[in-house]
Amino acid sequence: MNKKIIAGLAAGLALAAALPAHAQEKTVRIGALYPLSGALASTGAEIKAAIELAVDIINNPHPELKGIPLAAESGLPRLGGARFKVVFGDTQGKPEVGLADAQRMLDQEKVVALTGAYQSAVTKTASRVAEQRGVPFLNGESSSPDLTERGYKWFFRTTPNDETFVENMMQFLDTIKAVPTARIAVVYENTDFGVNTYKAVEKFAKQYKRQIVANIAYGAGSASVTAEVQKLAAAKPDVAIFASYTSDAMLFVRTMRETQYAPPVLLANDAGFIDSRFVQEVGPQVQGVLTRDVWAGDVAAAKAGLKKINEMYKAKTGKELNGNNARSMQGMLVLADAINRAGSTDPEAIRKALAATDLNDDQIAMPWAGVKFDDKGQNTKGAGLILELRGSSYQTVWPEKYRADKSLPTVPFAWK
Amino acid sequence: MIEALTAGLFNGLIYAAVAVGLALIWGITDVINFAHGEFLMLGMYAAYWLYTLGRIDPTLSAPLVAVALAFFGFMVYALVIRRLQRGPAMAIILATFGLGLVLRQLAFIFFSPDYRSLPDTLLSGSVSLAGMSLGRPQVVTGLVALAVVAALFVLVYRTRWGHALQAVAEDRQVAALVGIPPDRVNAQVWMLGSAAVGLAGALLTTFFYVFPSVGTVFGLLAFVAVCMGGFGSLPGACIAGIAIGLIEAMTGYLAAPALKTVSVYILFILVLWYRPRGLFGRW
Repeated sequence: MNKKIIAGLAAGLALAAALPAHAQEKTVRIGALYPLSGALASTGAEIKAAIELAVDIINNPHPELKGIPLAAESGLPRLGGARFKVVFGDTQGKPEVGLADAQRMLDQEKVVALTGAYQSAVTKTASRVAEQRGVPFLNGESSSPDLTERGYKWFFRTTPNDETFVENMMQFLDTIKAVPTARIAVVYENTDFGVNTYKAVEKFAKQYKRQIVANIAYGAGSASVTAEVQKLAAAKPDVAIFASYTSDAMLFVRTMRETQYAPPVLLANDAGFIDSRFVQEVGPQVQGVLTRDVWAGDVAAAKAGLKKINEMYKAKTGKELNGNNARSMQGMLVLADAINRAGSTDPEAIRKALAATDLNDDQIAMPWAGVKFDDKGQNTKGAGLILELRGSSYQTVWPEKYRADKSLPTVPFAWK
Repeated sequence: MIEALTAGLFNGLIYAAVAVGLALIWGITDVINFAHGEFLMLGMYAAYWLYTLGRIDPTLSAPLVAVALAFFGFMVYALVIRRLQRGPAMAIILATFGLGLVLRQLAFIFFSPDYRSLPDTLLSGSVSLAGMSLGRPQVVTGLVALAVVAALFVLVYRTRWGHALQAVAEDRQVAALVGIPPDRVNAQVWMLGSAAVGLAGALLTTFFYVFPSVGTVFGLLAFVAVCMGGFGSLPGACIAGIAIGLIEAMTGYLAAPALKTVSVYILFILVLWYRPRGLFGRW
């Protein structure tokens, strides 16, 4: 008797378990790999919230978000209104875990496409799995130029990469007329990030008719940077480009200030200079410093669609969107749009639809010209922003259409 | 060239300021304090919080911080070092190493891993010297370091109390036989050495960032200076500190700043190779 009940229960459970499989035609499953635990857990959690917001925009009608594909409708209309579902995997911030998780997503979770993984090193391993298995991988936020130089067929990246960012710096410098910008010095920590920045500057300086007059690599976490600053001052550059993390950025600022050396244009490549601690602790001393970024509070407030999405995110998490998670959210919107246009979950159809993506700036939630991939899978319409520190926040100075205060940028740079 | 050397000289004096406390404790009590960098970190946080919460400028709070660190040094000696002095030498080394780890992790917990930095202090600004522009905080810290080394030198080598210290350093038991209490002398040395590093830490905050691991930035350099200068020699530690600053400046000027550390450690290896007891070492 008991056995019969158990057998009956088991049959019922099996039936229940089989039901979602039956309903699967109505659900499109995407695997998202992010560092949800470990040192980058807080960043990962913010990205997860932003992706859940993207799923909400796709699945539920949001007519107020004009222009954004799939916002007004519910689900994916060309797949019979199928629901969009994202399955999250935790990479722990480790390349090998990212790789294993990508395999698990494809084998067990039956996802039709992958996205992730924030850190370039993890994106590299996870996307290799997708490439081997012939499944589309869309990356929204990793900026290492190498990722789209591997000749991959299934890899697409919506964010601009570090080379684009450095090229943007050169384009921005072209708009400065008040002071000369021909002679460039690069001060960088001798790690992957710093050296890649230097290489990109070297590449684009020539193209934009500029000359590198000083190449100053330094060891991160030095007890003193006076020798570096003296070398910089002796080269008399028009522009000093910094690639430094927070502690060194603080020390450079204080050392330059105390020795009363001010490069006419002080331009940072993101990293330490946008750290909230940097802005809070030495911000008052370094007013007018310029930095490259992908996101700015004033841009988010100025672009109507963006402002609404930011408000939705704030209502959901209590925080503002930032450059990391906004890019992840944009990546997910692009992927959903491609799957909808493909009209099927066949990998090759999705890949073709992704390759044919052509969105303009009204159809996206980032301060870019749009999304259109080249044959390497890199979005060619993305761009960075150049911001200037005013008071306790950064304000956009480039591209000019996002610049609210026409008196910016403040050049030449001077210590207060 | 001259400018690079002058800046290097002041950097060197700053390294000397950090190193001198370590040299003193090592020279007299025969203990290598591997938590020295963390003592410095505590001094820096003390000065940082006194400024942030109490609005006391680091220049003024430096003596207070020195006194606080002296007390801390006494506690460390009384509670940790004295108990282990009769055990194997390795026990003390490991104990100071462990103490350093504990202090650093506590700083991470209580002060968070945020980088902090003081706004303008009384010392902020620059000094013009023969057409060169030097940071005033660095110059003042360097001069104070020189004064501290000179004062400690007089204290240790020219006073009656100093002779008692040296007697303990030479032979604990004989010193005890002639009526010098070694424990008390050792405690005094720990207080003095800790006060010196506290003073250096407070002054460092006028131009350096504060961070729970900041001790490792200076601690290793101080250790190198002390080894290079000669075991327990105060002038040796000072001169070696200056030498490190000058070598760094010359490497940065003639070659590349990224090679600074390389040249310092090559010099260190050479000194140990040809003169294992250090430049001014007695043993």
